[in-house]
Amino acid sequence: MSNARTDWLAHAVLGIGVVLFALPVWLVLAGSTQDSGAITRGELSLLPHLDGLAVYSRVLMHGTMGTQPVWHMLMVSGGMALAIACGKIVISILSAYAVVFFRFPLRRTAFWLIFITLMLPVEVRIIPTYSVMSDFGLINSFTGLTVPLIASATATLLFRQVFVAIPDELVEAARMDGAGPLRFLRDILLPVSAANIAALFVILFVYGWNQYLWPLLVATDPGLDTIVIGIVKMIGVETQTDWSAVMATAVLALLPPVAVVVVMQRWFVAGLTEGEK
Amino acid sequence: MKRRTLLAGTAALAAAPAIGRAAEKTKIVWWHAMTAALGEQVNHIAETFNASQDAVELQAIYKGGYADVLTATIAASRAGQAPHLVQIFEVGTGTMLAAGKAVKQTWELAQDTGATIDPNTYIASVRGYYSLPDGRMASMPFNSSTAVMWYSKDAFRKAGLDPDKPPATWPEVIQAAQAIKAKDAAEIPMTSSWLSWIQLEQYSALHDIPFASKADGFEGLDAQLEISSKPHVKHMERLLEMAKDGTFKYTGRDNQPDQLLVSGKAGIHFNSSGMRGDLVKSAKFDWGEAYLPYDPDLIKSPLNSIIGGASLWTMTAPGRTPAEYKAVATFLQFIGKPDNDAYWHQHTGYVPVTLAGFELSDKQGFYAKNPGADLPVRQLTRGTVTNNSKGLRLGRLVEIRNIIYEEMEKAFQGGQTAQQAMDSATARGNKVLRDFEKSVKT
Amino acid sequence: MERRTLFDGWFLPVVLVLPQLLLTGFFFLWPAAEAIWYSLTRQDPFGLGSTFVGLDNFADLFADPLYIDSIIRTVVFCAAVSLLSMSIALLLAVFADHEIRGRAIYRTLLIWPYAIAPAVSAVLWLFILNPQVGLLGRWLNAHGVPWDYHINGGQALLMVILASSWKQVSYNFIFFLAGLQSIPRAVTEAARMDGAKGWHRFRTITFPLLAPTSFFLLVVNLVYAAFDTFGTIYALTQGGPGKDTETLVIKVYRDGVINLDLGSSSAQSVVLMVGVIALTAIQFRFMGKRTNA
Repeated sequence: MSNARTDWLAHAVLGIGVVLFALPVWLVLAGSTQDSGAITRGELSLLPHLDGLAVYSRVLMHGTMGTQPVWHMLMVSGGMALAIACGKIVISILSAYAVVFFRFPLRRTAFWLIFITLMLPVEVRIIPTYSVMSDFGLINSFTGLTVPLIASATATLLFRQVFVAIPDELVEAARMDGAGPLRFLRDILLPVSAANIAALFVILFVYGWNQYLWPLLVATDPGLDTIVIGIVKMIGVETQTDWSAVMATAVLALLPPVAVVVVMQRWFVAGLTEGEK
Repeated sequence: MKRRTLLAGTAALAAAPAIGRAAEKTKIVWWHAMTAALGEQVNHIAETFNASQDAVELQAIYKGGYADVLTATIAASRAGQAPHLVQIFEVGTGTMLAAGKAVKQTWELAQDTGATIDPNTYIASVRGYYSLPDGRMASMPFNSSTAVMWYSKDAFRKAGLDPDKPPATWPEVIQAAQAIKAKDAAEIPMTSSWLSWIQLEQYSALHDIPFASKADGFEGLDAQLEISSKPHVKHMERLLEMAKDGTFKYTGRDNQPDQLLVSGKAGIHFNSSGMRGDLVKSAKFDWGEAYLPYDPDLIKSPLNSIIGGASLWTMTAPGRTPAEYKAVATFLQFIGKPDNDAYWHQHTGYVPVTLAGFELSDKQGFYAKNPGADLPVRQLTRGTVTNNSKGLRLGRLVEIRNIIYEEMEKAFQGGQTAQQAMDSATARGNKVLRDFEKSVKT
Repeated sequence: MERRTLFDGWFLPVVLVLPQLLLTGFFFLWPAAEAIWYSLTRQDPFGLGSTFVGLDNFADLFADPLYIDSIIRTVVFCAAVSLLSMSIALLLAVFADHEIRGRAIYRTLLIWPYAIAPAVSAVLWLFILNPQVGLLGRWLNAHGVPWDYHINGGQALLMVILASSWKQVSYNFIFFLAGLQSIPRAVTEAARMDGAKGWHRFRTITFPLLAPTSFFLLVVNLVYAAFDTFGTIYALTQGGPGKDTETLVIKVYRDGVINLDLGSSSAQSVVLMVGVIALTAIQFRFMGKRTNA
């Protein structure tokens, strides 16, 4: 009865939402195919110029203004995002597992030490962190790029929530079957929390992909430039900017994380649902 | 011809053992802040330098914007990992001078390595900014620009003004802006980038009035801002009044307003001389470049303008060898050579930093082909440099500029008068200066 | 209430928790301890000398009326961003949970902006809102709305709130959608049978069931608004005009990274650290209660 009206309203609201999100990105997509001079003059058109698409192969293969080729920077970003996502997931599962299913000396202390790192960004402790890294000789290395960003508690907390919610009966049953702690982890815990792992992977991949300040500081070798740094490098200060190349690179930089989000969205939403229970 | 071959032969002989131990090339690292086209030119310099000799290998590395480079340098220096050479913006000069043993000042580098670096070959108002009060050079001038007045000749024509006779004084500028507004010759009659640098720092230098006490800070860390003086306040009042009647528009901090000139929306625009490249490439209208205007009731003939941009600082680190310092000195000598200086100037829009580089550019016909490109150099070199036109030597100058933006923005919103803005900026700025003084004296 | 069924032994769990503890120790606790130490000293940027000054840095901070203004502004900003982005996300999620055609496509199109880097989104907004080159900014001015965030503090604040909220809506949308989907159909069906109308049903049944999700999101959003909006604000307004959009994290960045006043910026970091820890402690208590109940 009133369903048709509600549907109509839903379409309208969702449609407006979609447009609000897509418009700015569309603008960049359109801009990437247009003349840089026109963009500087504020004559950006909403329609892409199809003959301008060549800019994509240009930046992919050669970069612009002396940067690394975009494909290379995409690889570095991809490697970094993967390393951060996987590293965080592995160490978080292990520590959450230990904290939830065991009693050991200083368990609470260990948990609190991890817990206070929650959500405190790298930016506010950047100079001390840098000096620690250089004491370890990790400046200008892939390890230095990724490892400090693995140290945070968000993932540990999320897994703790998931593990705490696992019914005691399941653990009991596993013990009855004679499963040791490691087999329990592998055969029961991991499959049960697969959706959560997927959800976390998406969040952490995006987080790793979008880092700026830390990679800039710690990596000196241009071969370690990430795509976000590449974009900033292309934007000229006191000089002309090749806006179409910058915009094309921005679009390319968007594709991998968007692909991860879209491909994994089913597990993503499900994983968060279970974590919330 | 014969002699050259002979020479080449000797050189080859001398080089022969060097090839054998190519692995022993001294490697030096240079952190810079140049993006886009400028980044390409920096790479070009590094390549030419590496190809020009075989004792040293220079690696030029982009480390973010100017502020990022300074932060990275400090973080690295504290960790004993400083690169050999860093490009630091002019407003960071005060901070670098207080860096004690973390840096090796240029005069000291020359002394230690026996390399000749003669301050007198550099343009006085350029080297002045980076020198100690007694004339010894602390850092090496690299990319320098100065502020000029850009204008749209199209807008001037439309407003019935002579496009080849830009206004020279502030009263004339006001008249021109009013004419542009009356005839609706440009959307924005007048705007300005870098409010503090151009409308206060340059304004002070041109009119031979102090921006800060102690010779603009050159003679002591206890300098005080002097920008609530009558001339400064009057100039700010003028901008506020022009903003009120629509002949001036405040369009953002730093270089954000630049796009308005490039897009042809502004009739008159104050900005760095480095903007020429952008205009050549993107502007679709007839534009002109002119000297910064002055107030005839303050000074009969204005002094030199001051520079902006950055210089190169030599850093120290534990275990750094004399050979490495020698390599740095070799590179600094290299970029100071007339042809390299002229190349950099002609390909970037920065001014030459040496007189020889300027003369060579002239001889090569660069100014004949690019009329007006020599104006910034002429503006920098006119008259005699005084204590008020050497440049500024203030710690945390970036923050002081920021305070000036904040206070003037409040005034542009109608929240306070020019006098209040300058009083408040002076008080807050002096607090920043005192904090800096305390921090470096510990 | 603690879990009753446990595995025995202490060696294995210690080995399992060690990697995380080591990373935390080296890359968080150590630097954080150094930051706390810095906050009690006055030192030059290059670390050539430092003096112990006790709580002077903190005293200076709280004696500065501009810092107090900054705190108030940050609270207002965080509240506005959280409420705006959460209510828009909730609205979208409720409709996307309807059984309508193209539901899956709508969802995808609303989720993907989550992946946009903050640095990129700020550039996007410039091309839209700048009064001279921005699409919308020019349109507003051409139609008699004097839009100019360079000299209008209110508009500048509005703009950074909008841009920051925009970036966060997707994230909230995902969580709300997940929360809605975890509500058993039977519950909403039963309510429908009882004759509860749309809005009434939402208010009395759905919303209370979403409360845990909402609370969790509120904390996450407050932290986001306080820290992660740095890139957006800095690229759009740099804290101006005047100080009208300067939040605490902008000030930390300016004093620490640009101004190189390590003592004061460390003191500010410590203040922020205390704030975040308090906030997360509240969240943790809440989450802990709920899961153990």
